[in-house]
Amino acid sequence: MTIKWILNGAARTDEVEADETLLHCLRKVGCLSVKCGCETSGCGLCTVWMDGTPVLSCSVPAPRAEGHAVTTLEGLQEEAAEFGAFLADEGAEQCGFCSPGFIMNVLAMVRELKNPTEEEIQHYLTGNLCRCSGYQGQLRAIRKYLAVKGGEQG
Amino acid sequence: MYTARNYVKAESLAQAHALNQRRANAILGGGCWMRMGERMYDTLIDLSGLGLDQIQDRGEEAALGAMVTLRQLETNFMLEKCFDGLFRKCTQHIVGVQFRNCATLGGSVYSRFGFSDIVTALLALSCQVELAGAGRIPLEEYVKQPRDRDVLAWVFVKKDGRPVAYETARNSETDLPVLTCALSRVGESWRAVIGARPGISRVVEDSTWEGLEKQVQALEYGDNMRGSARYRRHLAGVLLKRCREQMEVSGV
Repeated sequence: MTIKWILNGAARTDEVEADETLLHCLRKVGCLSVKCGCETSGCGLCTVWMDGTPVLSCSVPAPRAEGHAVTTLEGLQEEAAEFGAFLADEGAEQCGFCSPGFIMNVLAMVRELKNPTEEEIQHYLTGNLCRCSGYQGQLRAIRKYLAVKGGEQG
Repeated sequence: MYTARNYVKAESLAQAHALNQRRANAILGGGCWMRMGERMYDTLIDLSGLGLDQIQDRGEEAALGAMVTLRQLETNFMLEKCFDGLFRKCTQHIVGVQFRNCATLGGSVYSRFGFSDIVTALLALSCQVELAGAGRIPLEEYVKQPRDRDVLAWVFVKKDGRPVAYETARNSETDLPVLTCALSRVGESWRAVIGARPGISRVVEDSTWEGLEKQVQALEYGDNMRGSARYRRHLAGVLLKRCREQMEVSGV
């Protein structure tokens, strides 16, 4: 079936199968930042935004993208690089496999929550698994990133 | 992952209901659970174009569409205010924000998962479900019925101001619960709901606290990989007390 949708700001038309996931469709059209890490709808690696809301692209049926705007890391290069630098500075990255999904959710959180507390940050990001680290580097990176971002806005 | 030949975005509830009469077809909620199955479907029926993603304040009751996501339930101001934060408490431990932005109320209620936080919480309130075919029936009756071919469209929750509390025990923060417990006060009576026993949530009511505790202990509990029946029975007593403390703290 044919879907008309917006991917990273560009309107496009694609052929998808009735039983195709958004994840599969995104990889097919070249968004290789989007990965499936767990097969059980639980790891957050496949996080993309649908109309600005973070969703698990492994669970969203591709036909449901019809008429919606989907954003992946490929569409947020500048912002991702900026936050990515904070992650690197804290030594949070090891294998980096989970980073794209994690960064997508951090950037969604920054838009949704105003001055989040430590607890609110953890609650928002708890659906993003990293199997290399203990999340401390990531949390330090977020705190520093938010401090800089808050300073820019204030 | 499931396979399917066709995908139909329903244009009306009647169309969805007609399509759903075939056993080879199925209604797709958020897709989070179905993708873990291996079933072969003929036609998947999508309800996302029917305005069922709404949470409406209808005066005496709250109307929750079947396609409302768990995250909507968690963050809705009206629900937070009218039900002592119950909807936030019963959704906040479910996997993660992205999952809750996908998973739907309808998917949770229709599936009658034994581990369902949502069903446990809803049963502590006065709820009805609206089905495309059978019309409105009490939720308590609906969850006892086997899954059928009707289409769940809305859940109505009476805003009767009853005090309500919610507790769960989980082996890790975002895992499925080992036990769920909701408590409410209806007039002079206590109403307790125990779920993840691991079977579907059960409701007990009693006019005295001691009587309620006895009934909760007498429920049937079972073993699975997350905990034993004995451990669950013990947890039920603990979570019930914690729910009562929650109520006392909020001044009920």
